[in-house]
Amino acid sequence: MKVCVGQVTLPGDEFDMSPLESNKKIVVGPGLAEFEGMIKIIKPGILRYREPATYWIDSHQKRYVANKGDLVVGIVTQKVGDIFRVDIGSSEQASLSYLSFEGATKRNRPDVKIGDIVYANVLVANKDMEAELVCIDSDGHSNGLGVIRSGGFLFQSSLHLVRKLLNPNCVLQKTLGKTFEFETAIGMNGRIWVRAQSDIQTITMANAILASEHMNNVQIETMCKKLCKVASKMD
Amino acid sequence: MATKRSSAQLSKNVLQMKFMQRSALRIEQEQNEENLQKIIDDEHWALDLPDYKTKESVFLKDQSYTFCEQLQYGRQSFKGCNPDIEKIMKVKLQEQQLKASAEKEKLNSVSDVDMAKRYSTLMHVIAKKFEKKRKRKTGDDVDGVDDSQAQTKKSFMKPSDDE
Repeated sequence: MKVCVGQVTLPGDEFDMSPLESNKKIVVGPGLAEFEGMIKIIKPGILRYREPATYWIDSHQKRYVANKGDLVVGIVTQKVGDIFRVDIGSSEQASLSYLSFEGATKRNRPDVKIGDIVYANVLVANKDMEAELVCIDSDGHSNGLGVIRSGGFLFQSSLHLVRKLLNPNCVLQKTLGKTFEFETAIGMNGRIWVRAQSDIQTITMANAILASEHMNNVQIETMCKKLCKVASKMD
Repeated sequence: MATKRSSAQLSKNVLQMKFMQRSALRIEQEQNEENLQKIIDDEHWALDLPDYKTKESVFLKDQSYTFCEQLQYGRQSFKGCNPDIEKIMKVKLQEQQLKASAEKEKLNSVSDVDMAKRYSTLMHVIAKKFEKKRKRKTGDDVDGVDDSQAQTKKSFMKPSDDE
């Protein structure tokens, strides 16, 4: 069946893309695959489009499939020689070299223990190989990547919610940030780490994030207002 | 190989002797064959096929959601909870604004093709500006009627001494 942008799609559907000017490539995102020159849909969801030529499927998903360039929250599970095994929620554990931390050298090993939470970038993602993570960018700076070790709370959500939170149009974090002092690390693998001033506030943040999954921006704002009132009474 | 090595050791003078004629011929033949083999070798490895064209795909595949949806950086901090993260956030925001303004500028500015078109029509006007005034006048008159008058050079006319 042929589908258009904005429609609900099922795996196996096809769609015609508007022809482009020469030298411009059509960006084909997750949920779409090429079969003999045709683009077919391989995920159930909604077909999305962005200027100038980007197509992808917006789907609800809980299982993370590693993708190159994603920022993920992982848990270190094992030390094997030069690498750490990191659980990122995908089918296989990812590997993280001890040299791919900021300021790490062969002699100066980073201080990473089993059970630590790391915020890392997926460098290699291949369906036939295990994923490889790094905690530095191409300049060797950490830029917020690395071990997160200041308390807080880690919880799992759907991948759809994570994308919603990180969308520039989402107001949840900005609105909460007006009243609460908190920080978050949101991984594309559905793991969210939150830390606020107190444990109660941290739990509040986590609940607010999880509750916002099926809300629109107006509803989110009203919820935040209510939360602020309750929080001010508690203090 | 053994014959080859022995033949190399035989001197020219020996080969010229009558009873060595047969082996001299053989050695020559072998050498010819070797040369031929060398010529073949170079061609041997190249397949004589029409150029294989790799079809360049029009699709950029396997992009992440981060790119497709233009997602923000995943670490955020509010009200000074983590100053390092807030610094990074600020830098990222600035980058974004710069990008947006650059795009806006691109939208408002004249494209290269338009510029070239406009400039080519202006060329005559601008060139005129750099000409000397008198020259310009003549240039203007070229398509006028009184060509001959313009071409006669103005010169000083001596007043008559009668008065």
